[in-house]
Amino acid sequence: MVARVWKFGDAISTDLLSPGAFALDSLEVRMRHVLESVNPRFATDVRRGDVVVAGHNFGCGSSRETAAENLQALGVACVAAESMSRLFLRNAVAVGLPVLICRGIHDSFADGTGIEIDLAAGTATNPDRGITCRGEPLPAEMRRILAAGGILAVLRRSGDAT
Amino acid sequence: MAMTLAERILARASGRDSVSAGEFVVAEIDLALLHDIFAARVFDTLAEVGVAGVFDPDRIAVVIDHLVPAPSPEAAEVHQRIRRHVARLGITAFYDAGEGICHQLLPEQGHIRPGMLVVGTDSHTTTYGALAAGGTGIGTSDMVYALATGRLWFRVPETIRYEFTGALQPMVTWKDVILHLAGRFGSDGAQYRSMEFGGPGAALADMSSRLTVANMAVEMGAKFGMFAADAVTAAYLQDDDVELGWRPDPDASYEAVHDVDLSGLSPQVALPHDVGNVRSVEAVGEIRIDQAFIGTCTNGRIEDLQAAAEILRGRHIASGVRLLVAPASRQILLQAIEDGTIATLVSAGAAVLAPGCGPCFGGHGGLLAPGERCIGTHNRNFIGRMGSAEAEIYLASPATVAASAVTGTITDPRSMAMARD
Ligand code: SF4
Repeated sequence: MVARVWKFGDAISTDLLSPGAFALDSLEVRMRHVLESVNPRFATDVRRGDVVVAGHNFGCGSSRETAAENLQALGVACVAAESMSRLFLRNAVAVGLPVLICRGIHDSFADGTGIEIDLAAGTATNPDRGITCRGEPLPAEMRRILAAGGILAVLRRSGDAT
Repeated sequence: MAMTLAERILARASGRDSVSAGEFVVAEIDLALLHDIFAARVFDTLAEVGVAGVFDPDRIAVVIDHLVPAPSPEAAEVHQRIRRHVARLGITAFYDAGEGICHQLLPEQGHIRPGMLVVGTDSHTTTYGALAAGGTGIGTSDMVYALATGRLWFRVPETIRYEFTGALQPMVTWKDVILHLAGRFGSDGAQYRSMEFGGPGAALADMSSRLTVANMAVEMGAKFGMFAADAVTAAYLQDDDVELGWRPDPDASYEAVHDVDLSGLSPQVALPHDVGNVRSVEAVGEIRIDQAFIGTCTNGRIEDLQAAAEILRGRHIASGVRLLVAPASRQILLQAIEDGTIATLVSAGAAVLAPGCGPCFGGHGGLLAPGERCIGTHNRNFIGRMGSAEAEIYLASPATVAASAVTGTITDPRSMAMARD
């Protein structure tokens, strides 16, 4: 299925994805401020199934999981970036937000163009330009948590509780 | 098999003889840290998932440090909920508002030992690597899982080693060293990696400096930032029995080894809006500032306040500049009162904030207006980190920040030390 791209640059930090001033606010409030400093239209116009494409070091900064949770709540289907901060990757897996790390992705897509993501293969295709970027599929351990719907779903299911 | 410090810690915590980079392990958590931004959320979720207790109330630390003193009724209410959860769960290592910043308190109050595996709902949990502990940040859902089970999955990271030689010049600090590394290798120069700091230069670093460096390892994307345990570690812990074997095996395998000569380094400044956008102070040019900030888990220790006081003694901050000082803990504040450091800072024009995070993360306590510039001793200069998205943040050592407060422009602290001679 072809999804729509929202394109961002390098070093999109957790302070942009989930500003500290709204740290204690509800998800409804936090969602409205996602990336507002770089693209004020994003939080209002993003549609379910859209894909965020970005440059290097996406999600750098804080451990705040709300960065991934906010994107997920806005309906973002996948974050595909040249590289990603360790904490954002870990949190995306923990909340069940699919991600793709893929060299060359930033220059292969423009804002608003179509994108087809194949997570199992680790690829992103631009159907208009007929080009495919090949990244690394996530390791099986992380894909298992993603497939379960996040680490809390794993916890609920395994009853692994003291 | 020969292992790096990160591999040794993850092998021990997962009950294996050896592990190597790239493997996934399930490891036992020695200590879990939560602070006031996330603690209530984590404890609420734990209850929602149907978990009545925690894996071990004695291996959990809770610190109220970010929103201190509570700047809003909402923050006060969150603190209230945290106190109730802490009492309900029987958590003993609880530090209430005013005690200090989590990453200062845990080492200072003796919770961190070499070889431990520590997770925290805070990216700067890497700080504990200063004491040869594996500290790393996790999110709230992972923390719920960790508190419920006492375990968590980890990918064993590749390790990059930094071999330091030479000694730092006067007025140049380990804050300048870690800024230099971020500039040289980039703010993702150690993404997913463990950074191991060693060599004869590193052996000279005192514990305060090691805490600064390990704290900022995450600003290069690192999972851990570690120094081997040695005499400095034992002296800091005031314990002759401290396990000093926590060091890498001699023939451990590294992804890269970088040599860093300390002797030629100048004071460094990170320019907006990336921690890797670093220049030597001489090359920064004339940049006017509105606010100077000394504090945080990076540089809010007694040595940092003393270094600032050294510059500010007998001087006053420039008109039009605000100087904020937030000691990293109550113990540090008390020490700085007793040794006269606070008097020096306040005489020079500083406003002293409660021990805690202060304005570091943009929550309260000294935020910036559009167009304003702040130079601070903290660890991050992202857009919007300290208030307005149109403000600018510069990062430097306490000496450089103090010197800049005096002149009102970003200033080389060596020029002031010379002026004194
Ligand atoms: S002082 Fe700053 S970096 Fe350190 S824990 Fe507090 S908000 Fe985070």
